[in-house]
Formats: sequence, C-alpha cells, structure tokens
Amino acid sequence: MKILFGRIDEPGLNTLAVYERRGGYAALRRALEMEPAEIVEEISKSGLRGRGGAGFPTGRKASFLPKGDMDKYLVCNADESEPGTFKDRELMQKSPHMLIEGIVIACWAAGITRAFIYIRGEYEHQARILEAAIAEAARAGYLGERILGSEHTMSLVLHRGAGAYICGEETGLLDSLEGKRGNPRLKPPFPAIEGLYHGPTLINNVETLATIPHIVTMGGEAYAEHGVANSAGTKLVSVSGDVRRPGNYEIELGTPSREIIFDLAGGTFDGREVMLWFPGGSSSPVLTKDDLDIPYDFDSMAKAGTMLGSGAIIVVDDSHHPLEVALKLAKFYSHESCGKCVPCREGTTWTYKMLQRIETGEATPMDLDIMASVQEQIIGNCLCVLGDAMAMPVGSIVQKFRAPLEQAIEAARARHDSGALEHVVATTDFVGGARVADEHAGPAG
Amino acid sequence: MTQNVPRFAHGSRVPGWDDAVDLSKPPAVVPDPATTPVPETLRSAIEAAMGKYPDRRSAAIPALHLAQAEHGWLSPAAIAQVAAVMRLTPAYLTSVASFYDMFSLVPKASNDVFVCTNISCSLRGADEFYAAMQAAAEGEDVDVREFECLGACDIAPMASVNGEFVGPLTPDDADRIVRDLATGGPVLEHKQLRYRRCADPGVALEAGDFGPPDPAATELADTAGLGPHGDAADRPGPSAPIELDAEEEDASG
Repeated sequence: MKILFGRIDEPGLNTLAVYERRGGYAALRRALEMEPAEIVEEISKSGLRGRGGAGFPTGRKASFLPKGDMDKYLVCNADESEPGTFKDRELMQKSPHMLIEGIVIACWAAGITRAFIYIRGEYEHQARILEAAIAEAARAGYLGERILGSEHTMSLVLHRGAGAYICGEETGLLDSLEGKRGNPRLKPPFPAIEGLYHGPTLINNVETLATIPHIVTMGGEAYAEHGVANSAGTKLVSVSGDVRRPGNYEIELGTPSREIIFDLAGGTFDGREVMLWFPGGSSSPVLTKDDLDIPYDFDSMAKAGTMLGSGAIIVVDDSHHPLEVALKLAKFYSHESCGKCVPCREGTTWTYKMLQRIETGEATPMDLDIMASVQEQIIGNCLCVLGDAMAMPVGSIVQKFRAPLEQAIEAARARHDSGALEHVVATTDFVGGARVADEHAGPAG
Repeated sequence: MTQNVPRFAHGSRVPGWDDAVDLSKPPAVVPDPATTPVPETLRSAIEAAMGKYPDRRSAAIPALHLAQAEHGWLSPAAIAQVAAVMRLTPAYLTSVASFYDMFSLVPKASNDVFVCTNISCSLRGADEFYAAMQAAAEGEDVDVREFECLGACDIAPMASVNGEFVGPLTPDDADRIVRDLATGGPVLEHKQLRYRRCADPGVALEAGDFGPPDPAATELADTAGLGPHGDAADRPGPSAPIELDAEEEDASG
C-alpha cells in the first residue's frame, strides 16, 4: 500500500497542473468544509505519530495549542540532517504540493495564520522547487486571504537554513528561524505554549504534514487500519549503507526489518553478514544481525532498546570494524554540538578523542569503561538530545562490540609499542650502544 | 616533574584566539547607510526577505546567503552592507554567520564541493573520494570540504557541487567534476540526483497512468535514473520546470 509514494515518480508531479489532475487539493476543499476540531479528531483517530524522530501522536500535539484569537505559528521541520535520512528530500522534490496542502489543512485545523517551512540550506534544488510550488499555490488561491472562499487565511514562507545539524532540533530551529544562532532552548515552556516569536507554535516533520491530506481523504479510521497497533499507517524508510539498492521505501509499519533490508533494499553485497544496523538514523542505539526479525514499528523498536527515529536504516556489514563506525559518529556529533550544554560539548569531544586514542594505540581496555560512563552522564543532562544522540549509539556499540574493540586496542598498542621501540633505537645515542646499533643496521637493513 | 610544554602565543596550552580584541576601540555600531554603499540588487533582495517575517531579524540567514552570493564570501564589507540594510550590528551578524557551516568568513574559491564523509557515505568509500577530490582540486578555483550528512545516502558516496547533488562517486569522478566546473556545463550530469527514480519497486507498479514501468529503466534507476538511451525523454522528470511570469513571481514571493 502506497499512500505518500503512490505517484511519486510521475513526470511533472511537482507542478500544480499535474498534482491537481491527480486529485490534488481535493482534501483541502473537503477540510475547509469541516470544523477544525473535526479534523484534529480525524488525525487523532488515525493514530498518526510524528515522523521526524520522536514519534509523538500528531493529533495530541495539535490539541496542546491554546485556543483563541492570537498569533499562532506552524513550522514545518524540513531540516532533514539526521545521518542516513533522506525521505523528506524525495517528497519535497517530487511532490511539493502534497506538503503545502498538508500545511494549509493543519493550519486550518489548529487556527494558525502564519506558517514557515524551515528547509536545510544544503537542499538548494528542493528549496527552488518548493519556492516555485508555493508561488503557484498562492496564485491558484490555495494560500493567502480567504482560501477557496472560506474563513481560512494564511501565509506560507520558505526559510532556508545554512548548514547546522542542531537546527533540526525544534527549539534550535526556532532560534535559527528568528535569525539567531541555532541554540536549543530550555523546555518547558514547550513550543506549543511559547515558541516562535513567543507565540504558540506547532512544529511538524515534512512526512507528517504530507500525510494529513491523505487522512482527510480516507478518514482517520481507514488510515489506522494500515500498520499495527500503536503504529498506524505507512512510513517512508530510507535504507542506506552496505545494501545493494539503497533508497526510500514506503512500508506499512510492522513489516519485518529483514524484509526491508533484504527484500526491498536487496541485502548486503556479496552475501556478507550484517554486523550492525541503525534502525532509526545514526542517533538510534545499534542492533545486530540477531535483531533482523524485529517488526519495524515504534513499540517493537522501543522494546528492543532502540528507536524508530526518523526511519533511516543504515546497514553496516562485516567488512567494517565497529571502531570505524563509532569514530565517524563521535566525530560528527562533536562537530555539530552547539556548545551550549557542557555534558554534550565536552562529552562528545572527549568521546571522539578517546576513540582516536584506540587507533593510535594509546588506549587501555579501561577506556571503554570510562567511555561508557561518559555516555551515561550525557544522557538526560542537556537541554536537547544531541548529546544523547551520540551517547546512545556509541554506548550501545561499546556494550555490544566490546570484544572487537578490546582486540583493536590490543592490536593498536602492539603496533604502537613496536613502533616506539624502533623509534627509540633509531634516535637515541646510546653510550657505546650506538656503534652496536650501527653494526647491526648494516646486515639487517 | 617539569616538562617543556608547547604553548600558544597567548600563553595557554590550548589553542585560542591569538589575536586579542582591541579593548580601546569602541564596539562597531549599526553602520551608517549614508556611508555604506550597498549594491541596489542586494539591498532590494534583503529588504524583500525582511518583509516576509514578523520580525526583520529573521531575515538574517537569507540576507547572509544573498551577501555571500554577491561577494563570494562574507567579508567585513559584506557583513557591513547586510548590517546597514537590516539595522543590526556587524557583531550580531558575525556571530550568526560563524555558527553555520555554509557561511564563510574567510575568502574562498568560487566553486564549492561539499563531500559527505558521514557514516553511510564513508561505508561506501567517501574517504577515498574525498582524498581524490582534494588532489584534483589542487590549484583550481574549487574549494573542497568535508561536510556533514547531506541527506542523499541513496547515492553514497556523494558530494554537493555548487548545490547540485551527484553520486554515487568513484575517485575517478573527481577529475571530471573539476573539468565540468572549468567548462561551466552541468556537473557530472549522468550522476545527478535530480534524475534519480524512487527506489521503491511498488511505486512504478501503482503508477499505471504514466505508462508501464520499463524493467530496464528500473534497473538503471539504481545508478543514476537514466534510461538506456540517455536522452531526456527517458528521465523520470519529477522536477519539471514551472513556468511563472516574472511579475507574478515577484508578487507572490
């Protein structure tokens, strides 16, 4: 069952003409005839959970917004920066009007008059397409004053970021949208109460918003029939890494993970063994080859001690070493830490340094315990979850791959020690010994 | 135990700001528009951006993008121009610009190649490509940078060449990229992401209205989404150009 990807490859679907010909904006017409509360009710009934990473029920989030006449905002989080995730990119590039329609409906349902799309700065092509699509929609009367003759009036502005992972965090995103450095804010107050420009703000992921027109069309209950209990509907899954057919796949939640990795994405190269895989972007604790039969839904992933996250599966086969993966992770998060909270800023940096010490042969097995304790001290001690996002996968790698890491430590130390000895022999002027070394150097060299 | 520890110029063992702030100088205030000439196109573009938001400061990032496009990098003069139009201090804009990876506060080449070396790309050989790209760009008007995940792991290893996503790359492609940039044509066109089909096999099957899926093309979609003949008609043109009249575009933008 394809809900979002049904016609995704149709040529010209990014234009209004083709989108309308395929029934586009019919859901908006229908939604504008409904009471806003009815739409929220349908979304709640659908069981839709946020597709950006946290998996919070979308209907409930919308109900947190205070009622009444005030400046409320909707921000679409299109700052898709989680390593391994690229589903929103394909959606925005190929079907931008689906997102715009979802935003207009969501604004009507929550009584919002100003909406923003925060797209990451690197998505230049996608930003151009969205900009053109917004202009087209405004010209056709789907945005602006009294949309399609209804009471609903709203504006939509596309805002380009400039390259910062932290701006995908909702409060960091708000600061960035206000024209500041993208530092996360203290919560509470949550954005639903006090967000953009101090007004109540609803923040949703691209995929979540793009699903809303389909829920309005098919009805909340019909949508809830897809997927499994507590994880309704379909999900776009980005599969990448050591797989033969990397890409975006739309699956029903609850599909066995093995089916996604092996049947859809073609499995590993040369039939290699899966060493580890990330089920929900690089921030999720890793799973191993023994976990491949876990159904791909929110609750099953939580039960396995990890998370569905943004729906990005990264497969690492056994031609790689877990240390390689941990190093890349730690390097990325230490670069992207905004520096506001000490546990994250120092924790990510020192984790990276400790992992580098393994490579240079300066580490001892005790370092793995120190590293594990650093991860524990990051989790839950910062304003946002960027630190946790490194601590969880690195902590799980240290825990699940302790033996290979210890071997790597020993091997590097052996390499380092013998290297050090050669270095001492080559550079030290031993009294009398230098001549001995010289004599030996001749025949040996 | 005394050791001869290498120290930086400011006396510390950790790197820091070697050039101290001149405290005798008064802080830079909002530049005087009368003495700060701003190119007319840049001024009107920044003013249009400011008009889109309830708070003019929200236009800081768009304005810095515009200034960087105009000047090549965010020179003190470029920052001063943005500051003059937006009525903000240069210090505020510098603090914003230094936070984001896409802004350059030092002079740079006119072409940007961002090579993703994050996890999915590095598993597929991004580090080798990055080394090859650096070697190829040596002495050319091309800036090569390692970048965070660019959100295109389906074409790993990939790079963003002046904003155009290309992949999957091999070290051999590095020279071609530099050549294409020098000639000014499309960069590595057969590997551009914009022509790539959706990987999901179910998509083609349910989209009967635009013709049955071509099995050969589905195979090829794995690499670049080009049809067997390589001509434009074979491309799954999800990004057809939208034709808007110039004046209408202005009115809605």
